[in-house]
Amino acid sequence: MTKKDYSFYPGCSSQKGASASNCTTSITAICDVLNIRLNEIPDWNCCSASIGYAGGGELPRLTLSARNLALSEQHNPGQDVVATCAACWLSTREAKERLAHDPQLFAEANIALKEVNLNLKNETPVRHMVEVLIEDFGYDALKAPVKKPLAGIKIAGYVGCQTNRPFGIAGESFENPVYLDKLTEILGASPVENYDKKVSCCGGALAFSEPEKSQALIKDIIEAAYDGGADMIVTPCPVCQMNVEVYQDFINQRYGTKFNMPVVYYSTLMAVAYGKSGKEAGLDGQVIRAKQLDDIAGR
Amino acid sequence: MNDLNQAMLGKYRSNFLREVEANVEEGEWVKMCMQCGVCSGSCPMGPYWEHPPQEIFMMIRAGKREAVLSSTSMWMCTSCYNCLVRCPRGLPITHLMHGLATYAKRLGLAPQTITPRFAKKFWNNLTKTGRVNELKLGLALYFINGLSEGIKTAMKMQNIGLGMLKTKRMSPFEILGGHGVKDRAGFHAMIKKAEEIEMAKLAKNQVVGG
Repeated sequence: MTKKDYSFYPGCSSQKGASASNCTTSITAICDVLNIRLNEIPDWNCCSASIGYAGGGELPRLTLSARNLALSEQHNPGQDVVATCAACWLSTREAKERLAHDPQLFAEANIALKEVNLNLKNETPVRHMVEVLIEDFGYDALKAPVKKPLAGIKIAGYVGCQTNRPFGIAGESFENPVYLDKLTEILGASPVENYDKKVSCCGGALAFSEPEKSQALIKDIIEAAYDGGADMIVTPCPVCQMNVEVYQDFINQRYGTKFNMPVVYYSTLMAVAYGKSGKEAGLDGQVIRAKQLDDIAGR
Repeated sequence: MNDLNQAMLGKYRSNFLREVEANVEEGEWVKMCMQCGVCSGSCPMGPYWEHPPQEIFMMIRAGKREAVLSSTSMWMCTSCYNCLVRCPRGLPITHLMHGLATYAKRLGLAPQTITPRFAKKFWNNLTKTGRVNELKLGLALYFINGLSEGIKTAMKMQNIGLGMLKTKRMSPFEILGGHGVKDRAGFHAMIKKAEEIEMAKLAKNQVVGG
């Protein structure tokens, strides 16, 4: 089977030794199974995520993404840019669209790009990995490689914000997207029905600067998962994954709860169901271990 | 308060809406707000905004310049984009809040609360090497209010740090420099050029009658 090629924008948190390195691990595992070749954009830079605006104005921020897109056009011509991080995808796609709609900004970004001997044509689609999986492969093709169905596990599909708004996945609604539930089902697990916090905000970057306020939001997200009978939460977003997983001790202290809810990536679930080892699926990256997945991967 | 602020005050003295339209990212949208309040009701940090977005838009039209630009409000934005997708008139509210925050910071009017200071550190962190250094950014946040509070915060957060270290989602070696782009000089020159172009546009706007 021939491999499908994509121009890969991993982003800062997905690097080795960074907070979403376990996302990269599981993505690598599923790409191997699905015959996807991710060609990293050489020398890519940060997209400035969602709080860069305190120091960077509109043009410097857009220029960051313009450099990545221009590098992709030069080194991976004809390949769609694919990001696994919600913020990377959002910033890059937002930049692409704003530069397409504003000829002056586009011209100015290209003047700045001359400093690095690049020129942006701005013709490359910018996609999220979930879009690639659903649109280029489809649920049937994603189901076919399942070797170890995740039977008996109940999973709350937490889509979060930036994978969902303002762009989202084609055919899904902003208020009630169901693709994580569908993915959960084809992998043999059962989704929590009517998970009411599926698109609620975890606080994003403000989890660092406004911890109490953000933890109140996170508490509701986890509580609703428990209320729906969930064994674990699944999410596509690195910031959501970390925020919802790592503050549970603090939340337990403040609210007297007893949360111990694993939070995994969709790619972790897929890798385990596809028969990859726990290490390949990134299960050793869980601060709160997903014991049911450990067991299946160890069988 | 700085020179740019003085210049803008001089030029737009009686018309803050025009100042926002000319100088704030997506500012030309402010006048389209119809005061329905869907944005304010949709915000996850809603209860903590000094003035929710709907009120900010009205205050801009009413010329409440200092109250808007020195407000902690815009800095409560988590960039969840709820307001933006729900606005019946399609105002890019999230971008407007970011734009107002950028403008307030530029004019020296942003509040001294943690988020504006942390967000500035984030920008400095990423532009230094071209990529975010999570370890240095985290430490910069812990020690944002000085050494003694920093040590207390670091102690409080140590279990989270240990969890991230144990799972190899944090690397102590990042303190030595860590990840970054190879074309460091070119990257810095590119950012500098983009900043120059943007500041030149602002400078043109400062000229009375310009």
